Amino acid sequence: MAAEAEIKNLTLNFGPQHPAAHGVLRMVMEMDGEIVERIDPHIGLLHRGTEKLIEYKTYLQAMPYFDRLDYVAPMCQEHAFVLAAEKLLGIAPPARGQYVRVLFAEISRILNHLLNAPALAMDVGAMTPMLWAFEEREKLMEFYEGTCGARLHAAYFRVGGVHQDMPAGMGDDILAWADAFPKFLDDMETLLNENRIFKQRTVDIGVVSEEEAMAWGFSGPMLRASGVPWDLRKSQPYDVYDEMDFDIPIGKNGDCYDRYLIRVEEMRQSVRIVRQCIENMPDGPVMTEDGKVGPPSRGEMKRSMEALIHHFKLYTEGFHVPPGETYTAVEAPKGEFGVYLVSDGTNKPYRCKIRAPGFAHLQAMDYLCKGHMLADSVAILGAMDVVFGEIDR
Amino acid sequence: MDDANQDALEELGAHVTAKLGNAVIDHHIGNGELNVETTGDDIVRVLKFLRDDASCQFKSLMDVCGVDYPEQEKRFEVNYNLLSYKHNQRIRIKVRTDEDTPVPSVSTVFPTASWFERECWDMYGVFFSEHPDLRRLLTDYGFEGHPLRKDFPLTGYVEVRYDDEQKRVVYEPVKLTQAFRSFDFLSPWEGMTRELPGDEKAEAEEG
Repeated sequence: MAAEAEIKNLTLNFGPQHPAAHGVLRMVMEMDGEIVERIDPHIGLLHRGTEKLIEYKTYLQAMPYFDRLDYVAPMCQEHAFVLAAEKLLGIAPPARGQYVRVLFAEISRILNHLLNAPALAMDVGAMTPMLWAFEEREKLMEFYEGTCGARLHAAYFRVGGVHQDMPAGMGDDILAWADAFPKFLDDMETLLNENRIFKQRTVDIGVVSEEEAMAWGFSGPMLRASGVPWDLRKSQPYDVYDEMDFDIPIGKNGDCYDRYLIRVEEMRQSVRIVRQCIENMPDGPVMTEDGKVGPPSRGEMKRSMEALIHHFKLYTEGFHVPPGETYTAVEAPKGEFGVYLVSDGTNKPYRCKIRAPGFAHLQAMDYLCKGHMLADSVAILGAMDVVFGEIDR
Repeated sequence: MDDANQDALEELGAHVTAKLGNAVIDHHIGNGELNVETTGDDIVRVLKFLRDDASCQFKSLMDVCGVDYPEQEKRFEVNYNLLSYKHNQRIRIKVRTDEDTPVPSVSTVFPTASWFERECWDMYGVFFSEHPDLRRLLTDYGFEGHPLRKDFPLTGYVEVRYDDEQKRVVYEPVKLTQAFRSFDFLSPWEGMTRELPGDEKAEAEEG
């Protein structure tokens, strides 16, 4: 009898169909017993060639693709694209348009965190927060639907503003929701914050130092949990974020628990911004008055030949964007969402590179999980907030 | 604010050019963003300098992306977008290359470059030398070609379906029920550069 059989590392296939993989992620894990030795994430199972498709579409036609990237918080992606195109065009939307955009970007942020924070809890065994949060998400989806007609794929932000103004009374509805929402957050926090199982599964799991977080290109809550005070809404404000009064929560330990706490606090801060947006929102147009970019109103088209021609040209040919390039980033709920847009002066983007925050985060999976238990990799992945629409593009 | 930003970028560009000497081919500011052109041979040195120099401190590599300009001799441009948290600045480093010339990998300087370079290799076929693990990233297992090149058709070459008889996924050449329609929107009112149909007849008669 052999004294000791040689113990070989076990290779484990995680996904591509796994409830804790948050989409279609396949990870090849090399296990030493229950300890993770190495992780090789295989991505691209949801690759749809968005960047290639955008090169064949006008700027207006390209915009809806951004809803389909991070489908949990669609409008924040649109925001990055329209800001990039506006930068190349050298235009800015009117004040009301900017307020509406910030308002809906923050609603999208809450939508995202409402999915992710309880999803992390569910990954480590808590069922209830998920069910509660989906009720709140439903209310926010109704605001989406009431304003732009779609619950998910909004296609609401346009180059030069937003497509249409909010319907009458929408502001009051959102304010009423904003009054009630913090109560829900309190309830969710009583379930999770001091929950023994939740803390055992997340505290000191997947710790990243400040330096490492920067080197791995982390952004958003992943970066702030490690103690880097960085938020593009504060440091490089776009639209009317510089007029908003809000705080940025910063973590201390850089572990999964801090990432969760930051997301919850960000929701509270987003509610503050939402309230300020509605209270301070000026009257006026929501779309740029520049007839070469913004379409004319329906009524105008019935009377003015010029408006009719503009409308026809805008919806067939689209507007031409002057040659140039820009890297424009917004603080999406998951982190820095950047669009590198190259224009060659025609009506279609020459190149549109999408920088998804989750892409950089998921890349560090191997680094984060090394030496952790198998079950911890699920918690790390959950706290990372990955959505494959944006990672695979 | 914008002027101050412009001045700061101007200053940064001059500083980088002075410190790196020959490595910097050119620097210019467009749309309020600083672009620095360098060569593939110097890219590792340049990024290391930008990361560690006290007045640069570009601690994060946010993005690496390729662009294809097929009409130029060095058709690929690799862009590195960096971010400095300390100085709240961004910079873009550009490297030109062609199909055969490899670009040294910067994954030793920024670990995050690894996947971005894999994606660039996958999409454009830009080869990154000394990359620890240069495999395809986003495309299918066994995929051939580099889809984001301008000469790669939008519809691709193969399509997949599940074959019920063979009980597996099969790859077949793309069959389009309707040809891909590409409209020419460069309207004669805005860019009358090309001949209209029939123009060649008039010229033939004259000649």
